[in-house]
Amino acid sequence: MDQILGNISLLFEFPVVNLKIVIDGLMIGALFALAAYGLALVWGVMNVKNLAQGDFVIAGGYVAWYLAKLGLPPLFGVPIAFVIMWGIGWVIYKTVISRVIERDLFTSLLATFGLAIMMAQIMNLLFGSDTQSIQLQYDTLYMFDGFVDIPIAKLLGVAMAAALAAGVIFFMKSSRMGQAIRATAQDARAARVLGINTEKVYSFTFSLNAAICGAAGAIIVMVWVIQPFYGITYSIRSFVIVTAAGLGNLPGVIAAGLGIGAAEQYGAHIFGIGYQQAIAVLLLLFVLIYRLIQQKRLRQSLK
Amino acid sequence: MNKTISALGCLASASLLMTQPAFAADCETITLGSAISLTGKYATNGVHAKNGYEFAIKKIADNGGVKMGDKCYNFEVIYYDDESKGDRGATLAERLISQDKVQYMLGPYSSGLTKAIAPVTEKYKIPMVEAEGASRSLFNKGYEYLFAVLSTSEQYLASAVALAAEKAEAEGKSPSDVKVAIAVENDPFSLDIRAGVQEDAAKYGMNVVIDEQLPRDLSDMSAILTKVKLLKPDLLVVSGHSKGAATAVRQIGEQKIDTPMIALTHCEAADVVGNFGAAANDILCSTQWAETLTYEDEIFGTASNYEKEFKTEYTEYTDKKVPYQTAQASAAVYVFKDAFERADSLDKDKVRDAIAATNLKTFYGDIKFAEAGNNIAKPMVLRQIQDGEYNVVAPSAFASHPLNWPRKP
Repeated sequence: MDQILGNISLLFEFPVVNLKIVIDGLMIGALFALAAYGLALVWGVMNVKNLAQGDFVIAGGYVAWYLAKLGLPPLFGVPIAFVIMWGIGWVIYKTVISRVIERDLFTSLLATFGLAIMMAQIMNLLFGSDTQSIQLQYDTLYMFDGFVDIPIAKLLGVAMAAALAAGVIFFMKSSRMGQAIRATAQDARAARVLGINTEKVYSFTFSLNAAICGAAGAIIVMVWVIQPFYGITYSIRSFVIVTAAGLGNLPGVIAAGLGIGAAEQYGAHIFGIGYQQAIAVLLLLFVLIYRLIQQKRLRQSLK
Repeated sequence: MNKTISALGCLASASLLMTQPAFAADCETITLGSAISLTGKYATNGVHAKNGYEFAIKKIADNGGVKMGDKCYNFEVIYYDDESKGDRGATLAERLISQDKVQYMLGPYSSGLTKAIAPVTEKYKIPMVEAEGASRSLFNKGYEYLFAVLSTSEQYLASAVALAAEKAEAEGKSPSDVKVAIAVENDPFSLDIRAGVQEDAAKYGMNVVIDEQLPRDLSDMSAILTKVKLLKPDLLVVSGHSKGAATAVRQIGEQKIDTPMIALTHCEAADVVGNFGAAANDILCSTQWAETLTYEDEIFGTASNYEKEFKTEYTEYTDKKVPYQTAQASAAVYVFKDAFERADSLDKDKVRDAIAATNLKTFYGDIKFAEAGNNIAKPMVLRQIQDGEYNVVAPSAFASHPLNWPRKP
């Protein structure tokens, strides 16, 4: 308790620390938002709650790490991870997801859960269980007497995440496929009646999700560390963010992602870093309770 | 159909005959059992341990095997993969003992797995020599059949506290002015390290200003490091297996943490020098064993000879250091050899008593077991990363290089 009070008083004693916490939080939040956006897509369009979301992220990270080890410039890892994970996503859709998509919720949960375990173990066998990261040779910017440090690698990562998000939004708004995806999300049957090939939409959406996650992972490996069994961290965050923001609410997903990043950093500062993930889960609980109350009052359905 | 089966049978027996190596022809076999992590989160270190076992078995066989009277024996190990899971480990230990009739066990990897398996070996009164479970909670349960060749985990970083006190005195300050920051993972091994550091810090009257527990899936510890920046401790202790070491070194570099002394575990496993270069400079790393130490024995030769021969046998280690996890696994097999020879019997209880009476000098260090089964004869070693090299700086009896202090961020 004393330590918690001491930590809070530090925030007031050194106000600049708040800035540092918020910046750190927003940076990691941007990557959470990316993975969550992919989840929102799959969830909204196909009604598949993908528990292997985090493992796609980690797989993308390993693709980038492996390429960097072969001597490729690390930044190229991001687009290449996007492409390779697209392919892996497509294969997974054709072999697993397409078989469970029409089944009930439980089947698809079970299938993606199994997928998550499989992927983690395959990565473990391929790359070993050590933590890996790519060290970029960029400087770190220091401000406010060195209290706020912004590694340029992190800035680059956030910029790439933003560019990717913008690209995907533009694609969804303006392309034929984007329209078809949105139509399928609204009503798959109606879309089929109107001549949209929903099977194609599904496989495209799932591949796109894997690709987005892969790019996010490729960024993560440059700024943080990855390990074959770290997927669950990103899966949990994605679920929290999507549940909080609601499906089909893109600005909401981004805001929730950034918010959760910042809230976690504050939680880690005040309660200790061991409670960082607990903060995320606690937030989920609050959101669910709030949603339930809201639903009761307005008789809405939780979409 | 019958023909195929008998043909297969012939083939199988032929291949059996052919795989019998020449030296083993006149020696009998002693079968050991081990559940070890070949998959799952401990897979890397599990494989290191298994390689250590296998290398020792080969070396012992090359040196004439285990000699008892006029007979000689070679070791053979039945391995099962425990998938890095405790419940699986316990089940496999049951299976080794009751189905495969194994009478002697080698340990698994990690304290957690050893904790899961020890009650089983204890129940069947099967002696187990383990090399990879350092948690001291293994040695306060009154186990009589569990022996560990390595130093217990509360000793890992405790010597860093003594070193910090020494430096404070040299500066003309009192050791009780030293401020300590602790960040360890929430698992039995790291909590032991925390306990060891806390105990030693309390002995000097030092002030622990940060005491936090890292999550299992740690990838960002900037929150702790920001506090370190504000509270300016004199000693920062981090233990969280290889992910803890990797995250700490990377972010210590990024945030320009200028703490004069930083001590970690698992530097080698995380390859902090290879991954982060200059950021790792002057960081202290604890180790059970280093190839530069002056230990030796008649089977493996000196510590550096062990490293050299191991690398020729296992070429995948050519470009890296042989981890201490491998060396201590080999030492565990050596303890069995020595105990069998002294017991002069295959009876498991006689062997158990012989192990308990072990007093052995090995390439890995001296081995002598306390009543509780932990090795009390071997100290932990602190190495400092100096220009990318791991140099032994403490305890002073083994130090090959002076300590760089304060470290230069």
